[in-house]
Amino acid sequence: MPTELKMPALSPTMEEGTLARWLVKEGDKVSSGDLLAEIETDKATMEFEAVDEGIVTKILVAEGTDGVKVGAVIAMIQGEDDDAVAAVALPQPLAPAGGEQVDPTPQPVKPTIKTPLPQAGGVGGGPATSQTNDRIKASPLAKRIAVNKGLDLTSISGTGPNGRIVKADVDAISGEGRSAVVAPALDPGFLRETPAPTQTIDTDIPHEVIKLSNMRKIIARRLTESKQTVPHIYLTVDVRLDALLKLRGELNASLEARGIKLSVNDMLIKALALALVQVPKCNVSFAGDNMLQYARADISVAVSVPTGLITPIIIDAANKSLSKISTEVAKLAARAKEGKLQPHEYQGGTASISNMGMMGIKQFDAVINPPQAMILAVGAGEKRPYIVDDALAIATVMSATGSFDHRAIDGADGAMFMKIFKELVEKPLGLVA
Amino acid sequence: MSDYDLIVLGSGPGGYVAAIRAAQLGLKVAIVERENLGGICLNWGCIPTKALLRSAEIYHYMQHAGEYGLTAANISADIDAVVKRSRGIAKQLNQGVTHLMKKNKVTVHMGDGKLIAANTLTVTKDGKTEELTAKNIIVATGARARDLPLAPADGKRIWTYRHAMVPPEMPKKLLVIGSGAIGIEFASFYNDMGAEVTVVEMLDRIVPVEDADVSAFLEKALTKQGMTIMTGAGVESLKATATGVSASIKGKDGTIVASEFSHCIVAIGIVPNTENIGLEALGVEMDRGFLKTDSSCRTNVPGLWGIGDITVPPWLAHKASHEGVIAAETIAGGHPHAMNPLNIPGCTYCHPQVASVGLTEAKAKEAGYDVKVGNFPFLGNGKAIALGAAEGFVKTVFDAKTGELLGAHMVGAEVTELIQGYTIGKTAELVEADFMQTVFPHPTLSEMMHESVLGAYGKMIHM
Repeated sequence: MPTELKMPALSPTMEEGTLARWLVKEGDKVSSGDLLAEIETDKATMEFEAVDEGIVTKILVAEGTDGVKVGAVIAMIQGEDDDAVAAVALPQPLAPAGGEQVDPTPQPVKPTIKTPLPQAGGVGGGPATSQTNDRIKASPLAKRIAVNKGLDLTSISGTGPNGRIVKADVDAISGEGRSAVVAPALDPGFLRETPAPTQTIDTDIPHEVIKLSNMRKIIARRLTESKQTVPHIYLTVDVRLDALLKLRGELNASLEARGIKLSVNDMLIKALALALVQVPKCNVSFAGDNMLQYARADISVAVSVPTGLITPIIIDAANKSLSKISTEVAKLAARAKEGKLQPHEYQGGTASISNMGMMGIKQFDAVINPPQAMILAVGAGEKRPYIVDDALAIATVMSATGSFDHRAIDGADGAMFMKIFKELVEKPLGLVA
Repeated sequence: MSDYDLIVLGSGPGGYVAAIRAAQLGLKVAIVERENLGGICLNWGCIPTKALLRSAEIYHYMQHAGEYGLTAANISADIDAVVKRSRGIAKQLNQGVTHLMKKNKVTVHMGDGKLIAANTLTVTKDGKTEELTAKNIIVATGARARDLPLAPADGKRIWTYRHAMVPPEMPKKLLVIGSGAIGIEFASFYNDMGAEVTVVEMLDRIVPVEDADVSAFLEKALTKQGMTIMTGAGVESLKATATGVSASIKGKDGTIVASEFSHCIVAIGIVPNTENIGLEALGVEMDRGFLKTDSSCRTNVPGLWGIGDITVPPWLAHKASHEGVIAAETIAGGHPHAMNPLNIPGCTYCHPQVASVGLTEAKAKEAGYDVKVGNFPFLGNGKAIALGAAEGFVKTVFDAKTGELLGAHMVGAEVTELIQGYTIGKTAELVEADFMQTVFPHPTLSEMMHESVLGAYGKMIHM
């Protein structure tokens, strides 16, 4: 049975609105929660979500139409069990006859990040590398089969050239081994005889050309990807450190016998993890049509190594004691500097921390490490003039800046997160409780 | 310590390609060949036959010069000169392989190779035997023509492909037994050269591995050229006489007819060259003489590999070469992609040509596919008409459910040069929309490839 999709009332007073933009096309499959359209009211532009599953068979109101009355039918959605679905789901190739826009290619399955802890593409080293990206490498046929069968391509690992998902991979998942040949995975390092294209910079300035390490290449690629695809929002707070420094002194005095010396950073890792647990809206990954809400705070700790930067992970840092975090960080950092980290030790994490305080940097904005949605940039703790009880005093203060993926995290939630973080540091007994 | 990382036994299109690839990957490689570098393909097969067929084609055009507004008088064919040209081309390519071996530092051992262990073989030449060891050995010894048990080829009157390539004289009345690629190519060659040709095929249609539409079209085209084609027929007896060949052929209707021919070509299949090279003693698993190998070309004996015509069909040079690369790369520690047999194109260089890849319409239906079929005739293509070659068609078979190109089947001028387009598409797993959105150049024969796909979806323009 086709269902009528009606113009929604997006606010109690709304009577009509502008259908600003369709986010689906005819023939698209939608499921509950998918964004269907953007609707403008006099107050705001809002997104209109699907309630039911089905296929958009007909769009009745063109985008850009003003004054669409609430309750007017704007599109038709066909239920999944209907015969007509198959007909619509099958693409109509080539240009249509009657001026009716029919896209010949089916929509590929929207990418979603399936695993919370991303996997590297098999190239060693580098900050948490991830195959999960906006563009899925799959053959047109594999995409078509996945659409037909409702398979999620992100859950399928590709065995074609350069990890491309091919028919055999999709068939293997759906249990249809019709194609006789299942290709073994290609070792990406092998057979690659043509180097990646290099940009030539014409210069008269005396110089030498330094070949990029794999780690440098990955850093370049991922930072570019992050800055180009993730809208960053930066929120900075000043955090008074005196109480934390005092506690650290006391703890270290009692830990000395065990040979453990907590750093400020160890305590900030714990504070970051606890803040993520307290503000779960910031412990997420943005994944196309979905968002992952992590149930655990795994903190990637940026460690500078001679070849670049790597981010070993303190798993479930919120539930680890400071001494445990301290010893883990020390071990991982040492191994990182020797280049001996195993992929599982640096791939994953739900948020990152980068501390440049030891270099005297007052404040900076870090680049998010996708698919994570936030990173905390920690500046130097320094004595600053500070207002304490309405009087000018001297306090040890640091600036901390959270960078948030604004697609996933609203400013208010980010701000709440920074507030909680500040409180945890300024009243640090919570870190040991 | 082994003498080599890899020894390749046999230097055909499988063996020499494997040797080059392995050498490129840094392995120390030797190749053993008993006769000519390049194997049958370029000495006695693919290449010299193409040279012969080219002469036949030009001869055909000269005879039809009037159709193009040209006059050619006193046309005649000199079979010896035609063969000489073909041999010259084979020689040239043979030298090319010699050069490639040298360039890639592949050591060539001429002689008869025989395995005495999985990693050791002997090479015997002029009574002298040397022993070579290697960490890996690729067997690439190829195949030879299958003889007709009742009348083995003698090279005088009863020929295999090999004799047919260097005929002692031009046959007047030729019997070709078997209508696979080899049989039909020679039938076409000698027919164009002026012989009276009869083709006998046991199955109910010629080129039986091709799509049934192709078989039917080709039979009609060849018959029109004057060839006699007998399908569903068998040779009951065959005997070489002083002046020719006597054959009695049982026709479709069961009647046996005795006929006289000047010569006969037996093209009823191949036999793998897997005897007398030590495979049995090593316990290599075989099936009716063919080596059993995995998708990386490994046999059941560690260190021993098999490629080309001694393994599974299709028995084609390009399949052997591809397997050579797969084996070499696997040996060198890589993980090359396995080959999908449905993406291996096949070409037959008769006149008109035949080319295909993937499943025939019948095979696709048999496999349970709901198919969409497009078929575009050469008659609807401007370039084909301009060429004076308006016979043939391009047929495509799609999976209605997924848009997968299951198979493509073509017959007509230059289709052997066209099939690669569909092969790339199949390998890249393109769907119908990709082919439709591709801009094909005008005026070319390739436009028919576009039209055929459009036709499968009811969108043909020029018909």
